[in-house]
Amino acid sequence: MPADIAPGDVSQAKQSPDSAEPVVMFKDVTITFDIKPVLQNISFRVQHGETRIILGPAGGGKSVLMKLANGLIRPDSGTIRVFGEDITRMRETDLFKLRARIGMVFQESALFDSLSVEDNVAYRLHEDRVSEEEAHNRVVEALQFVELANTIEKFPPELSGGMRRRVSIARAIIAKPDLILYDSPTGGLDPITSTTIIDLVIKQRDVSHTTSLVITHRLQDAFLLATHRFNQRTGKIEPVPNNGIDASTKFLVLNEGHVVFDGNTDELVHTDDPWLKEYLS
Amino acid sequence: MPFVSPEIFAKQTIASVQEYSVLCWRAITNLFSRPRYWADIYTQMDSIGVGSTPIIVLTGFFTGCVLALQSATSLQEFGSVSLTGNLVALSMVKELGPVLTGLMVSGRNSSGMASEIGSMKVTEQIDAMRALGTDPLRKLVTPRLYATVFMLFFLTILSDAFGIAGGALVSVTIMGLNASSYFHNSYRALQYGDVVQGLAKPLFSGFIIATVGCYFGMTTKGGTQGVGRSTTQAVVVSSIFIIIVDLLVTRAMIGIFGR
Repeated sequence: MPADIAPGDVSQAKQSPDSAEPVVMFKDVTITFDIKPVLQNISFRVQHGETRIILGPAGGGKSVLMKLANGLIRPDSGTIRVFGEDITRMRETDLFKLRARIGMVFQESALFDSLSVEDNVAYRLHEDRVSEEEAHNRVVEALQFVELANTIEKFPPELSGGMRRRVSIARAIIAKPDLILYDSPTGGLDPITSTTIIDLVIKQRDVSHTTSLVITHRLQDAFLLATHRFNQRTGKIEPVPNNGIDASTKFLVLNEGHVVFDGNTDELVHTDDPWLKEYLS
Repeated sequence: MPFVSPEIFAKQTIASVQEYSVLCWRAITNLFSRPRYWADIYTQMDSIGVGSTPIIVLTGFFTGCVLALQSATSLQEFGSVSLTGNLVALSMVKELGPVLTGLMVSGRNSSGMASEIGSMKVTEQIDAMRALGTDPLRKLVTPRLYATVFMLFFLTILSDAFGIAGGALVSVTIMGLNASSYFHNSYRALQYGDVVQGLAKPLFSGFIIATVGCYFGMTTKGGTQGVGRSTTQAVVVSSIFIIIVDLLVTRAMIGIFGR
């Protein structure tokens, strides 16, 4: 295992004081674009250390939900609380401070084209006026975590789709956030690269226990997350022993702007809902 | 283009004016609070100011040449060819220098800002910036605004100088005027009010170029086609605004200085 985002890092310590308070809470959230309702009365909670996988058909409002969770867009009605703070009425300047605790991986990576990989990954550190030397060391550490240390001097257009996605993950985790939002981290990637990305999500989950929301269209990715863990001793991803499931991984399934399922892996696979059964089959 | 009802059109127009006003206000006031992105301001000064120098020099120089050639024909009828210097200097400093510089920089930089920021918008880089805790207006718009206003002022001076020099070249080499008399007449023709008028205009033009370019960039929708649309709109709107504001500033200056 590379010298990475080290086990027992500060993020866990920062998260834990009030574990009763959910990290993310949506209550009756509704948003409409033009005349089309995208999300209607969405309510769910994500607790500390939980990995919440958001599943659903394309166009179901998953990415909108992710942007709402980060305050990038505001709902028409309802309340969204992140780290206990109501972000629906928060001023943009206060949101910038709150977002310092949130890492986000965008659907198409959203790396800054004009900046090198190093400057992209170190973007938040530069904003926080971290010294050049420390920023460089932390960039190397984050890039080693995503196994892309050799791309540090390259520019985003020189990277493949999968590499860009991994740089995006490095950029999201470098500031050791308390919450990570993965917006379709495997979208548009081939199955092998998708598995590599999911392995990184598992590794991040099991190494730093950061609360995260993961959007995916691919059921195999979702179940890989639920059934595998990162072995810190061997540095490899392996199935949870005895055909077990990861207790911290839960599911939220959206369809046409409504929550159709909110629960753990076991409840999902044993659901009686006909639509859900068909979707999972 | 789809037709929309007058009510929707009016609402959209008012919303756009509101958005533009908010963008302008925040772009101006951002400089008075932290964080300030000085490195971005200097980069933009280099890109907008130094980068536009060749086109401004060429435009100013050849406009001065043409102005001298065209005016000489008319002035000859009154036996006043020696006043070519007066005419070129007044025209360049009061009107042609500021307006042509504004239009040229608008064509080069307003479009550049709209396409650069627009591309960032459609590829979610603006959202990524916000997600990383940076205010895009502070990081992208404010540096462009101050850099454009500051550099357009000096580009206009450059354009005026090269315009007068171009007029001198034509007057001396083609019309056989005395160089010393040309420059003396040019200098004598210009009064304080003329110079103030000529140097006030680029401040307004710079503001228009940057804010219109950034506004269309920040409101880009619809992928690459949207970026193209924003770029075109930015150039068209900023050019029209520059000419309209030129008229208003001219009228105001005539009111103040009486010429």
